Amino acid sequence: MTTPFRIAGASGFWGDRNDALLDQVQGGPIDAVMLDYLAEVTMSILRLKKMRNPDQGYAGDFLKALGPPLQEIADRGIQVITNAGGMNPRACAQAVVELARKQGISGLRVGLVTGDDLMGALDDLVAKGVPLANLDTGAAFSTIRERVLSANAYLGADPIADALRRGAQIVVTGRCTDSALALAPLLARYGWAADDFDRRAAGVVCGHVLECGGQGSGGNFAGGYERVPNLARLGYPIAEVAETGEFVVTKHPGLGGLVTPAVMKEQLLYEIGDPRAYATPDAIADFTSIRLEDLGGDRVRFSGIRGGPPPEHLKVSISFQDGWRNAVALTFVWPHAVRRARDTEALLRERCKLRGLEIDAFHVDLIGLSGAHGAMAPMPSEEPNEVLFRMAIRTRDRESAKRFGEEISPLVLSGVPGAASGLLSGRPEESAIVNYWPSLVPRSAATGTVEILES
Amino acid sequence: MKTALYNLAHTRSGDKGDLCNIGVIARRPEHYPVLLRELTAQRVKRYFGDWCRGPVDRYELPNLEALNFVLHQALDGGALASMRLDTQGKTYGFALLRMQIDVPDDLPFEKLV
Repeated sequence: MTTPFRIAGASGFWGDRNDALLDQVQGGPIDAVMLDYLAEVTMSILRLKKMRNPDQGYAGDFLKALGPPLQEIADRGIQVITNAGGMNPRACAQAVVELARKQGISGLRVGLVTGDDLMGALDDLVAKGVPLANLDTGAAFSTIRERVLSANAYLGADPIADALRRGAQIVVTGRCTDSALALAPLLARYGWAADDFDRRAAGVVCGHVLECGGQGSGGNFAGGYERVPNLARLGYPIAEVAETGEFVVTKHPGLGGLVTPAVMKEQLLYEIGDPRAYATPDAIADFTSIRLEDLGGDRVRFSGIRGGPPPEHLKVSISFQDGWRNAVALTFVWPHAVRRARDTEALLRERCKLRGLEIDAFHVDLIGLSGAHGAMAPMPSEEPNEVLFRMAIRTRDRESAKRFGEEISPLVLSGVPGAASGLLSGRPEESAIVNYWPSLVPRSAATGTVEILES
Repeated sequence: MKTALYNLAHTRSGDKGDLCNIGVIARRPEHYPVLLRELTAQRVKRYFGDWCRGPVDRYELPNLEALNFVLHQALDGGALASMRLDTQGKTYGFALLRMQIDVPDDLPFEKLV
């Protein structure tokens, strides 16, 4: 049997551990590493950053993660694939080149994939009859057109694979499917054909296991986190992929974590819809075809994966300005903490009315009792020691959102007694709601373009 | 007899826009038929009450001894607009695990809660 291709996961979102990449590089043999930085919310945040500074708009954490192991990555020829480019993949790729030069590494080839940004093409698409209706609700695009902040298509693995074939060792993209970051080096290595849907689907499933960092090797494991060794030095997952598309998920020995079928099942079910039709631009993967086999010693084999042709459309992620929100909080102590929290809610509502605030929606959490699950959580029969009262609002009027935040502090002296103001208190600031609008565009609307930079 | 779903299953939940999905995984193979029978889409929809304003879809994954539930309009407009404490539904799986379900008297399981 030939040596499998080893792909490591090293980031699950923007905000993940920056030292995971160093661990994956130093912990043992790997051929490629993928780092995912883009959640639904992330692109709109990056767009705002780019508007303020045209050199920004990418996940700068990638550079922090890449710095320490870069020399070793270059020496060992490890491929690094990331969507850290966000709204500005060119600036991100140039920053990688600069980082390499600063470390005295010359000849490092950095691939840049662009073409996902559709912000400038929206009017043209609408004129061509693309509805851009909301995929979940069916709502018309015209209801948000004036408030759109970003629009990015989810590209697939082929342009990334193209960059790798052209000698790029590090590839930076904007919006692409998370799984493409793992499928691409497999395509470059094994040359799976465009209609080889079973093996492409296997690569998609492999990417789905790796795309959430530590969650694929024992992090956030609800099936028994108590049995996961050494979470403080959690070893992120690694897939050893054969040319057939079969693969074994494992982790570096010597680091913490746990790879068992139960851990794999939780990650496979994370953020999916119909398991028979997990759709990407590269293939549709059938999650009901996956066979798991526990090999012991933190090794689980994946086999039997079936796939089908990809959909005619690409998913596009649009973000838009959707009003303002704010939240205030006070902690009430025994006795009758719940009653005093409820009386405070009524008091705040009356203050909003008196001051003429335009509030579209109120929401109250009694944290400690029912904050996370509302009426699903049964009330305890005894008086609680304390309750954190939290009241959130949503409004189209920024001034009202701001003034709502000014209403909480005065209640310490002029409201209901027995309140501690230590947590989430003071004068909370309003924040902009940047909402998410999933939609579809024809495949021809967005094609990946590849450039190669060199240090 | 009745017991909490927690004793028979573990879950992972997360968000996609205003949708929340909850993967429910049998702790043992013999628990999967109980999940299939007890956890209907209608029952999950009723259980979440006004926290889930849209329909609930159920998908079966016999290969993983697991079910996947997709709750529509379940996140108060989605993580970015939500006023709730758990904006992304990361704890909704735990909420479901509190449900009391009927199990055969001779079903082996570990009483964890």
